[in-house]
Amino acid sequence: MSSLAVGTAEAAAATRPGTDRRPPLRSRIALVPTITLLLGALYCLLPVAWVVIAATKSGSELFSTFTFLPGSGFTGNVKELSAYRDGVYWKWMGNSALYAGLGALASTAVSAISGYALAIYRFRGRETVFSVLLAGVLMPPVILAIPQYLLLAKADITDSYASVMLPLILSPYGIYLARIYAAAAVPADVVEAGRMDGAGEWRIFTRIALPMMIPGLVTVFLFQFVAVWNNFLLPYIMLSDDEKFPITLGLFTLLEQGANTPALYTLVITGAFLAVLPLIALFLVIQRFWSLDLLSGAVKS
Amino acid sequence: MSIARRRSYGVRSAPYAFLLPAVILFALFFALPIGYALWLSLHKVKVSGLGLGAGARKEVWAGIGNYADALTDSELLDGALRVVGYGAIVIPVMLGLALVFALMLDADKVRLTSFTRLAIFLPYAIPGAVAALLWGFLYLPDVSPFYFVLDKLGMPQPDLLDGGPLYLALSNIAVWGGTGFNMIVIYTSLRSIPAEVYEAATLDGATPLQTALRIKIPMVAPSLVLTFFFSIIATLQVFSEPTTLKPLTNSVSTTWSPLMKVYQDAFGKGDIHSAAAEATIIAIVTLVLSFGFLRAANSRNKQEAAR
Repeated sequence: MSSLAVGTAEAAAATRPGTDRRPPLRSRIALVPTITLLLGALYCLLPVAWVVIAATKSGSELFSTFTFLPGSGFTGNVKELSAYRDGVYWKWMGNSALYAGLGALASTAVSAISGYALAIYRFRGRETVFSVLLAGVLMPPVILAIPQYLLLAKADITDSYASVMLPLILSPYGIYLARIYAAAAVPADVVEAGRMDGAGEWRIFTRIALPMMIPGLVTVFLFQFVAVWNNFLLPYIMLSDDEKFPITLGLFTLLEQGANTPALYTLVITGAFLAVLPLIALFLVIQRFWSLDLLSGAVKS
Repeated sequence: MSIARRRSYGVRSAPYAFLLPAVILFALFFALPIGYALWLSLHKVKVSGLGLGAGARKEVWAGIGNYADALTDSELLDGALRVVGYGAIVIPVMLGLALVFALMLDADKVRLTSFTRLAIFLPYAIPGAVAALLWGFLYLPDVSPFYFVLDKLGMPQPDLLDGGPLYLALSNIAVWGGTGFNMIVIYTSLRSIPAEVYEAATLDGATPLQTALRIKIPMVAPSLVLTFFFSIIATLQVFSEPTTLKPLTNSVSTTWSPLMKVYQDAFGKGDIHSAAAEATIIAIVTLVLSFGFLRAANSRNKQEAAR
């Protein structure tokens, strides 16, 4: 809003007689902040740019040509990677998509219904339940992961897809965000009007409130998707069968084997490049209609 | 009879029913594991005879024995010191950069902000393990562009994966990965400052720098406190980055960070009781430090408000 006001003021100044010449560059662009931000962007893009180029190099080019000079081996690298242990790499990618996609979906559903209940209803113990659930976010994963493993081992479900997904479904941060979104997006009188029309509570939630919460829930989903996709500790502890590994763990084992065999470097590098592509693509697509501001709970009124 | 009655019954029970999945998950995957970890930490295995046969290994009460062992374990303490050193670099640099970038995004007449904002936020999308892997290669003399440049200039080539530089190398990975997210959090709270606040300052002839220092930073102090708080929790539990760098260098031991030591004890040595005690200590230290910071920050805010 303020930038709009500034824009119109500038426009007014520009159309004033006598000032129709454009002001000098120095006063139109704040150079110091712009350049600092560009340097920051350069720093953040550097490793990504490096991996994009390194993935195009064949094994011999990697060590002989200048780092930022593209090579000619990209398709060869991808073929070699796909052939590695009968295509286990793509299995890892598929596993990550499954863990992150299904896990985030379940997590969003639980967050939505819990956040809605905490925002809309007045009931005894509401703040207690909220605080206890939120305390979960402060629990260091370390004190959770090992007993989770031991308990799941007793139930005989370690080293399974469920063992990586179940512990991550409850997201205290997701519930916190969903509560804020529900409070901001679902007016109390709409809920009341639903009751007047004789709709049950479940029906009001699914048919009326849920659609209103969708923009916020997209954020919860994405946040959780990234959190599960990036998780390393839990699968590292839970899984031993590398057919079930997510991509983070798969790349790590590939690196472990490849560290002493420079011939495997190109596989690791190509693998890393292909592994960062989906999330970067996801970010570029969604940022067009998704506001990063939602991430910290800001709700547009 | 009432539809009204039935309805009010529904209204009253609905929130409990709606919260049931979250409560069950909390009980199973948060409360129970924490309770179990505490139980384990207070027990140890007693082996009778040769330790063969059923019943030869029994879990018996150990009191605070495991805790006493953990607190005098030099591996754990060395790891803790390393992580404190690492955190002392990561947290100020990461949050300092995040604040500077956020203020600059918010400044007037800045160009290309949608590009730079997205670029700086991008590392958030990259898993810590993969980030460590990418930087790990950039630290390797054989493939790194830095070494290429240093070599051409005839300058000395430090080993980034050993000794003091190793801290910088690891810190850089965390700074790279975390700056963008914190920048967005701070930037969001900057944007929520009403425009009127600035107008008075502009009328008084304040420069942009003065406005930033005197008005903007104090106004976003709560979000700075929050980012600091979560950074402490994340830093003390660093695990995936040093674990990923380990194959590339001998300088990262299996017990480099306290969390790696816990993992090593639990799964390398199979001593889950010591590991549980160590995990509990790390959790307590984390909570004490982070909440201690929060309290200190809050009481300072109150003092300043009172002045």
